[in-house]
Amino acid sequence: MNLQSNDFELFGLAQQFAQDRSVLDARWKELQREAHPDKFAAQGAAAQRVAMQWSVRINEAYQRLKDPLKRAAYLCELNGVPVNAENNTAMPAEFLMQQMEWREALDEARDARDVDALDALARNLRQARRDAETLLARQLDVDHDKAAAAATVRRMMFIAKLGEDLAEAHETLEN
Amino acid sequence: MALLQIAEPGESTAPHQHRLAVGIDLGTTNSLVATVRNSVPVVLTDDKGRALLPSVVRYFADGRTVVGHAAQAAQAQDPRNTIASVKRFMGRGLADVAHVESMPYVFEDAPGMVRLRTAQGAKSPVEVSADILRTLRERAEASLGGPLTGAVITVPAYFDDAQRQATKDAARVAGLEVLRLLNEPTAAAIAYGLDNASEGIYAVYDLGGGTFDISILKLSRGVFEVLATSGDAALGGDDFDHRVYCWLIEASRIGPPGLEDMRTLYMEARRAKEVLSAQDAVHIGLKLSGGEEIDVTLTRDAFADMTKKLVDKTLAPTRKALRDAGLSPEEVKGVVMVGGATRMPHVQRAVGEFFGQEPLTNLDPDKVVAIGAAIQANVLAGNRSADEDWLLLDVIPLSLGLETMGGLVEKIIPRNSTIPTARAQEFTTFKDGQTAMAIHVVQGERERVSDCRSLARFELRGIPPMVAGAARIRVSFQVDADGLLSVSAREMGTGIEARIEVKPSYGLGDDEVTRMLREGFEHAQEDMSARALAEQRVEAQRLGEATRAALAADGDLLDPAERAAIDAVLVDLAKAAAAEDTPAIKKAIDALGRSTDEFAARRMNRSIQRALAGRSVESL
Repeated sequence: MNLQSNDFELFGLAQQFAQDRSVLDARWKELQREAHPDKFAAQGAAAQRVAMQWSVRINEAYQRLKDPLKRAAYLCELNGVPVNAENNTAMPAEFLMQQMEWREALDEARDARDVDALDALARNLRQARRDAETLLARQLDVDHDKAAAAATVRRMMFIAKLGEDLAEAHETLEN
Repeated sequence: MALLQIAEPGESTAPHQHRLAVGIDLGTTNSLVATVRNSVPVVLTDDKGRALLPSVVRYFADGRTVVGHAAQAAQAQDPRNTIASVKRFMGRGLADVAHVESMPYVFEDAPGMVRLRTAQGAKSPVEVSADILRTLRERAEASLGGPLTGAVITVPAYFDDAQRQATKDAARVAGLEVLRLLNEPTAAAIAYGLDNASEGIYAVYDLGGGTFDISILKLSRGVFEVLATSGDAALGGDDFDHRVYCWLIEASRIGPPGLEDMRTLYMEARRAKEVLSAQDAVHIGLKLSGGEEIDVTLTRDAFADMTKKLVDKTLAPTRKALRDAGLSPEEVKGVVMVGGATRMPHVQRAVGEFFGQEPLTNLDPDKVVAIGAAIQANVLAGNRSADEDWLLLDVIPLSLGLETMGGLVEKIIPRNSTIPTARAQEFTTFKDGQTAMAIHVVQGERERVSDCRSLARFELRGIPPMVAGAARIRVSFQVDADGLLSVSAREMGTGIEARIEVKPSYGLGDDEVTRMLREGFEHAQEDMSARALAEQRVEAQRLGEATRAALAADGDLLDPAERAAIDAVLVDLAKAAAAEDTPAIKKAIDALGRSTDEFAARRMNRSIQRALAGRSVESL
């Protein structure tokens, strides 16, 4: 194991999409217990520097592994099929229609300061995310179809961005 | 000085040797110092048995400086030279300071951070804070009977980078080795969690003299994980005093008061607030310097009404923190109240209503932060025993980003990321032949640069001329375990590297810190006596032995030339230790530290690799 090991190797987990969140959280804490700079606070600059490198690397891997979207994108990349979201903007028409509808719903709810409408939209997005995760599990772990998974990831990125804007709208309404 | 002190990760390096370490709560109103003595955390008191040191410093024209109760008592008498609540000015420019008009100080706007003009000249808030910290250090050393190995200093979780950096500099100026900057609510959670052996989700509501923090933590066996934090770095008990002060002036129909009256009225406002935590009404009767008489009664309900907005102002960040943690109020198992301002009944009521449960107030809200800091300091100094082994995973409170085209912010590290953390982003040039790029680092949540706090600006030069968009400039952000940021930028497109490191600055240059350090030493002459010689010899011997042990264990990490270099330094060290020249021994010790730095790093790396590999095997 070294700083260049991939996230799954570092965490000692099978290189697949399906992961148990509680196992992942426990592994994260176990690894930080060994490498966190606090463990070496009294031992000088060199120790702090190295501990920090490891601790940063463990946090980076954890951030990527615990987020289904990032984990899926990472798996695609490890398998030589980078997601390349910037250069792959082609989406099924049906999906784009749905996105436009949701965008409009968000704008309307924001303008009308309608918290219930925002909540309803949030529920829809959660469902869409869950569906996409089920799909990714099949594409990555069963069919091993990385190209199809990459396309799913690109669609999920739209939904994630919409989710961020939705959270922001929620925040604005509350304050 | 190096990791040569390392035995194995997790093991105590020298079990027989107890290092003197303290936790310091550097508060807006009061400051405290605590330590762990015989496994029990205790707050250290002054020679009159008082635990709280008022965070007030008075500067006399003759060069004397008085800190604490005596300074506090002189506030009305000498308002200009008696600085209170200086924490509000840490890392702040004049434009950021609220209620300037009702403060008795003469401010000077210096780049980055205000200065306060006193009888001893312009004082930076860093210097004033250092005077408070020095008093606490002296108290601790007198009480513990020796120099301190290090200190954990607490900061509000919602402090930004400039405020944290200013606090760390103040500690340096006060002659303290900072083991860690620790977030105040996290410190409280340590004190509370260990005391109650708690598990589950806890909220820490920390309303101090000048700052408000809310942190949501997950306590599990041996791990304190901060899930989210939010707050307001300029909201606290002082604002409640200010409301009462304004009410006093209105109700008594007096004109704008002079400096001395202003201070008297403020002290009276504070007293009234404190009395109302225990009584339903308070009478305020006093005579001002111009002969005007004040004779009014303030009821608890009227006080609650006039400060309701302030209490409500704490609930918005509370909601935000819960949302960031992905939790609802019902999922919180307990709410820990911290800070003197949480004694106000209407604050407790509002928090209780929000979370649907009685908040926990069984620990002294004034002392809990210092106690938690002391417990953490004890662990960081290496005094821990196996059963006290826990881990603290904290987060950064505010997003860090860069200015991009059109004055917009590109977030690089989002708020509530677990620290330490690092993130890099690539940018490119937008003009043909562009050879330099301005990099502007900001902190905050808003979209526009002008609404965020500017932390640092620097320029990356020496980019080879290329067509627009061809250069690849990688900007890396790194946040350490103190929550402090460093930024580097590098041109990657060609083989040529241009690279610069910045520590965000708030206007206090390194030379200024050096000057303050020197002045600090002039105040307390360094002890160059026989004791110092003996101490340096012990240190030299200890380091020599540790280095030889490290070479025996991991000598294979060095090539012959590297090995020979370290051996030579060891010989020099032994020679120096045999002579009588204390500074020469110190120099030889430093030389050993420098020459073993790389070796230390490699050993550390091997040691962590082994520990992590051990973990993997266990879990299979």
